[in-house]
Amino acid sequence: MTAATDLTLAGARAALARRELSAVELTRAHLDAIAALNPRLNAFITVTPDQALAQAGAADAALARGDAGPLTGLPLAVKDLFCTAGTRTTAASRILGDFVPPYESTVTSQLLRDGAVFLGKANLDEFAMGSSNTSSAFGPVENPWKRQGEENTVLVPGGSSGGSAAAVAARLALGATATDTGGSIRQPAAFCGVAGIKPTYGRCSRFGIIAYASSLDQAGPVARTVEDCAILLNSMAGFDPRDSTSADLAVPDFAAACERGVKGLRIGIPREYRLDALPAEIAALWEQGMAWLQAEGATLAEISLPHTRYALPTYYIVAPAEASSNLARYDGVRFGLRKDGEDLKDLYERTRAAGFGEEVKRRILIGTYVLSAGYYDAYYVKAQQVRALIRQDFDRAWDQVDAILAPTTPTAAFGRDEKQDDPVAMYLNDVFTITANLAGLPGMSVPAGQDAKGLPLGLQILGRRFDEETVFAVGRAIERNAGFSALPALRAAA
Amino acid sequence: MSLDTATVRRVASLARLRVEERDLPRLESELNGILGWIEQLQAVDTTGVEPVAGGGAEALRLREDRVTDGGIQDDVLANAPDRAGAFFAVPKVVE
Amino acid sequence: MSYTIEGASGAWEVVIGLEVHAQVMSEAKLFSGAATEFGAEPNSQVSFVDAGFPGMLPVINGECVAQAVRTGLGLKAQVNLWSRFDRKNYFYADLPQGYQISQYQFPVIGRGEIQVELSDGSTKMIGITRLHLEQDAGKSLHDQHPSKSYIDLNRSGVALMEIVSEPDMRSPEEAGAYLTKLRQILRYLGTCDGNMEQGSLRADVNVSVRKPGEAFRTRCEVKNVNSIRFVMQAVEAEARRQIAVWEEGGEVVQETRLFDTGRGVTRSMRSKEDAHDYRYFPDPDLPPLVLQQDWVDQLKAALPELPDERRARYVGEYGLTPYDAHVLTLEKETAAFYEAVASGRDPKMAANWVTGDFFAGLNRHGEGIGESPVSAADLGALLDLIADNTLSGKLAKEVLEAMFETGKPPAAIVEERGLKQVTDTGAIEAVIDQVMDANAGKVAEYRAGKDKLFGFFVGQTMKAMQGKGNPALVNELLKKKLG
Ligand SMILES: [Mg+2]
Ligand SMILES: [Zn+2]
Repeated sequence: MTAATDLTLAGARAALARRELSAVELTRAHLDAIAALNPRLNAFITVTPDQALAQAGAADAALARGDAGPLTGLPLAVKDLFCTAGTRTTAASRILGDFVPPYESTVTSQLLRDGAVFLGKANLDEFAMGSSNTSSAFGPVENPWKRQGEENTVLVPGGSSGGSAAAVAARLALGATATDTGGSIRQPAAFCGVAGIKPTYGRCSRFGIIAYASSLDQAGPVARTVEDCAILLNSMAGFDPRDSTSADLAVPDFAAACERGVKGLRIGIPREYRLDALPAEIAALWEQGMAWLQAEGATLAEISLPHTRYALPTYYIVAPAEASSNLARYDGVRFGLRKDGEDLKDLYERTRAAGFGEEVKRRILIGTYVLSAGYYDAYYVKAQQVRALIRQDFDRAWDQVDAILAPTTPTAAFGRDEKQDDPVAMYLNDVFTITANLAGLPGMSVPAGQDAKGLPLGLQILGRRFDEETVFAVGRAIERNAGFSALPALRAAA
Repeated sequence: MSLDTATVRRVASLARLRVEERDLPRLESELNGILGWIEQLQAVDTTGVEPVAGGGAEALRLREDRVTDGGIQDDVLANAPDRAGAFFAVPKVVE
Repeated sequence: MSYTIEGASGAWEVVIGLEVHAQVMSEAKLFSGAATEFGAEPNSQVSFVDAGFPGMLPVINGECVAQAVRTGLGLKAQVNLWSRFDRKNYFYADLPQGYQISQYQFPVIGRGEIQVELSDGSTKMIGITRLHLEQDAGKSLHDQHPSKSYIDLNRSGVALMEIVSEPDMRSPEEAGAYLTKLRQILRYLGTCDGNMEQGSLRADVNVSVRKPGEAFRTRCEVKNVNSIRFVMQAVEAEARRQIAVWEEGGEVVQETRLFDTGRGVTRSMRSKEDAHDYRYFPDPDLPPLVLQQDWVDQLKAALPELPDERRARYVGEYGLTPYDAHVLTLEKETAAFYEAVASGRDPKMAANWVTGDFFAGLNRHGEGIGESPVSAADLGALLDLIADNTLSGKLAKEVLEAMFETGKPPAAIVEERGLKQVTDTGAIEAVIDQVMDANAGKVAEYRAGKDKLFGFFVGQTMKAMQGKGNPALVNELLKKKLG
């Protein structure tokens, strides 16, 4: 029999239903894996074994009673950006100190409602700002994958949801919550060889998720299969009156949508994503993806998204601007870290200087600057106008196609010591993912192949607003054709 | 547009981030690197384009006027680094 | 002649604009479900949203929007069907989010106007620039500890309407009259209780001075003035300060100042000056506020009668003097009281009694109309006793005083004290006979032509009847008997 940690979420659910395995056994297997591997991977900031085992016990009771929910007994990791009642929540920052929220985020409360078991809080880039999970105040996360022949090179898991993706890839959890502001679900999923979807903006409530950039932030799942993502998203999504930007729409059956097939779908291939610098193996994988979809009855159409090249600079105005304001509440007065000062201003300045890491400070400063008197129109208003143009690009594309296929990232996972000194070079990681955030569209990354060194590569599917179903259908088709079965070097039961 | 040291100092003060004098040159060059790269946006013709602000809904939903929250004094104060009875405390502010 | 201040260099004109913060009357806060009630335990009416906790999000209270729209309609202002919330970013101990959610670029209410009444009987139109919704901050207490300030967030997030006037006022009196009228309108509408002592209504006063005919000069903002009297004093003090600066060859610098009520002068607020860059931008947590015209129309149809219209009706329909109409409509409660008294009775007589003896009685007993021991129904009943000749006007005044003292209805007092007016001609004649017997000499004098003595007989008769004789009947019967 397969090890409990090697099961997919759907497989584990079936095994629990058949009583081949208890929820406590399943949870204990994951807790053991965490105990063994987390000291190295650092995928979790906080592990909550007692809570997990208690929840698993309750799940077994529910299973025995025959009133299991969709996620009963399934152990998950929760990105440490989601507030969890009674469990320390850090956003991977020193500034939150030992903040213990007395409230639960809507997304995690829906997972709990459906019976999930929480193993602990997954590591991330501080305040979700980053693409390598190296800016965490609790130390970097190690990607469980290794380049062939370079067992000693530590690779980054991507970011900001690096802990979530690494935990799932290394089989420390069956799935994880994550958030995506500029690619923070899809890019780490691609780097770690797992699947992840950022749904349409407004699909998941932002209530109780620590804000980075409010108009871009969106929660979504990371899991090992497209179907597992669908199952998790079905629980995470839904209207929440406590979030004014939450969409008052019914949640479709995403899991059912996975098996729809792609016959008759028109798939767009954006001309502007064919970067000169795109590595040949990524370009080839993209071509392969097109061929798979065509073979399953989809038609391909080249489309143009002319403002793509401006998406990154637009993002690096909008996101820091919102962040500079969202992070003003960390001032050492009502919660979190405090560093005493001569007066209140000095207290603020010392607290925030000591509490925030370098990348967060950089973004706060950029955001403060672009909003300041005399620069607002040139930067912020300009960026919002370009954002409008980026949306219009997509609106036009949707007249011609039903989904868009593109690479998730311009490279495979890179080494922890590579690209770290130039912020702009780091920002380029998000070049393919960021447009979906600016336009509010759903986007999914599916592991589809490997580079020459054996590292996983992802393909990305973008869809119309609130049409995650098509994204799941296309994603599942890619997954089925790719038959991705490579395993990371570091994993449980290996 | 490029930042000088005085501007970095002013922006840091606006953002309430203490910056040591010795760190100013490094910050100045990092920020200028990012801003220089952002500058490419100026090339986009945005004449007559309505800026978009939010990511989602078209209009606010109006909540009912009912008291549904509050009355959680202990929870609100529980994480306070310095509290005095039922108050948060900060160094004295002179107006 | 318009108001000017005489300086060494001649006459100066004062230019005044007001920014008023009016607390919206609502059960819950603008963006959270915490209560708004005044005077609660510190930090007891605070939600995690109001305290700026991580992950908390604002959701707007529809009633606060409705109140702002009602106010806009009451100010005859433009209602903007599309408006938006922006963040005003600054750090302050009682501003938990590090920003105030306000409407900077697109307010819900645009241009309007207010007609103010001045003491010389004239009126003046003052322009309203805009009205917008925003959150109140918490409260800092600076006097509880030698080295600390204490923060209470109960007010944090309470809905405010910021109502900005045009710089249309030219004297302390006009500023006072504007604020009085604005408060009156808010109270009529029920959108703000207008209580300046509790801070439900706060005024920031913008003052500049100029030589008549000149363009505007630099203005200063005097913050948070908390009574109408202080607004008038602050205007004058600030104007005089600025005149002195100009006349000494100096330059007035634009700044925020505070009015020191003890010393009657304004002083600079240096702490707020530091780094004045609010970095407004649209709040990404809040989509635009989009109103439907028919919703606005419904609010408009349900709007109560406003002071100007009510005053016009009192003059036109009831035939009251403009002065009485003005006095009776100043407070919504007074007007409601008056209308209850006047209903089904002579409106002029009701006005005379309410503005005359009733107000005097309230004053003497030191009560507001809300706590009046005399109800409108009882005052009406008193007027009915006059109309049906049960009481003379003079007796009625006595009864009213007794009503103030005891709170009892007039009929009970008349009954208890036997104050009923005597209209029985036989009884009056009997008294007249006694008076004539006792004053036989005077009767002879009268009959000999000393007509002036008639008043003496009226007085004696009334005195003997303890004032209860019906005056008309006493007169008539005396004339008959004296021949
Ligand atoms: Mg103002
Ligand atoms: Zn204001």
